[in-house]
Amino acid sequence: MADANNIQQDLEQQGIFLSTVNRFYNWGRRSSIWPMSFGLACCAIEMMAFGLSRYDVARFGAELFRASPRQSDLMIVAGTVTKKMLPQLVRLYNQMAEPRYVISMGACATSGGPFRDGYNVVRGVDLFIPVDVYIPGCPPRPEALLHALITLQEQIDNQKLGRLRWYGKGEKPQMQDFPVPTFGAQGLEIDGKLVDPVGGLPLVSPYTSPEYGEQKSGQIEHPEIVRHFPIMDPSVALEDALKARGIAPEMAANDLKRGGVSNA
Amino acid sequence: MPNLSAEDLRVRLGRDLPGAVQSVSPLKVVPPPAQGHAPAAFITGDTLVETARIVDVALYLRDRLNYAYLSDICVVDYLADEIFEIVYRFYTVEGGSSLALKVRVPRENPVVPSLTPHWPGANFHEREAFDLYGIVFVGHPYLHRIYMWDEFEGFPMRKDFPRQGDKYIGEDE
Repeated sequence: MADANNIQQDLEQQGIFLSTVNRFYNWGRRSSIWPMSFGLACCAIEMMAFGLSRYDVARFGAELFRASPRQSDLMIVAGTVTKKMLPQLVRLYNQMAEPRYVISMGACATSGGPFRDGYNVVRGVDLFIPVDVYIPGCPPRPEALLHALITLQEQIDNQKLGRLRWYGKGEKPQMQDFPVPTFGAQGLEIDGKLVDPVGGLPLVSPYTSPEYGEQKSGQIEHPEIVRHFPIMDPSVALEDALKARGIAPEMAANDLKRGGVSNA
Repeated sequence: MPNLSAEDLRVRLGRDLPGAVQSVSPLKVVPPPAQGHAPAAFITGDTLVETARIVDVALYLRDRLNYAYLSDICVVDYLADEIFEIVYRFYTVEGGSSLALKVRVPRENPVVPSLTPHWPGANFHEREAFDLYGIVFVGHPYLHRIYMWDEFEGFPMRKDFPRQGDKYIGEDE
């Protein structure tokens, strides 16, 4: 591929334009990723900054926030996904036309974040829809979202037309609609089976990354992970707050003033 | 600017609505914190009202004392005492500090008269208290869940709602 790119660049310098169908399609796709204007929580504020003139996503061809899932290519899951919102989110994703991409923005959309063990927040949106790019942060800065968009464009550059996950031959996970969860007595259900209980760990596995075909990974998070946080352990004695009353030895020795460095 | 203290309110209520004010018994607050102060009997200075007479007292605050703005209704779950405490907070529109009314109901049968017929703004607050704590407000026009879905069973903000999830793993040992 790198070799082909070099030949191509050489030819272009001599005035001959030569391209492959893959490269042509991917160029078209990556240059106009239209996001859906869909914000859920505080991350949406950063998403608005990302779209406006200071960070200016128009440089990357993704400035057109569409208000309809039928017209958009990218869903930025910007913020906390509550269990009550999740059926609408999956339904919106199902309504998007292929090719469609998902960016999971921030800690809440990726894993539930600080609300993970609460009763009302989905523990990661990748349990229900496949995610292409995850962004850490709470909230991520607009630059991080720009980076996620560029990462997504790099992923699109590597797509092969014959091996796309939406159409073509073979077992394609995205040929059918993704199952829309329903509300049950204990939590979210899919086909009458409990998948994300209120106040418990998820009972379904997340979707894998696009390289692995975006199937369910089959690995449910093990419910018996042993974790230890000393600050939450009542048997660990915390240090007395008065212990911190003295001054640092460097300050006592007046060692912080370095010679030859002016304050200006 | 009216600035009525809780003691003044108790004196007035004892004069004008005899039998409406209950004497406050201290609450047990358990479990004791691992670090910090030793547990002590917990008591607040706010006015505790007989459950059946909360509407009378609230209307007395509105009509006689001009505390017309019902700011919020919240519920406190005292698991060790087997009670819910429902706190109503009133303000005057002229400004000044607030007055709180409290009602105690048993956890097994939490039933309170509704304030929604007199304060339409209490509608969503009472629905939220019903949704998350299971408090039944008698006389409420539309007492359904407001945050959780209608099919959901249980009241997730109660302290005995089962806590699960990776934060709580290994907590029992």
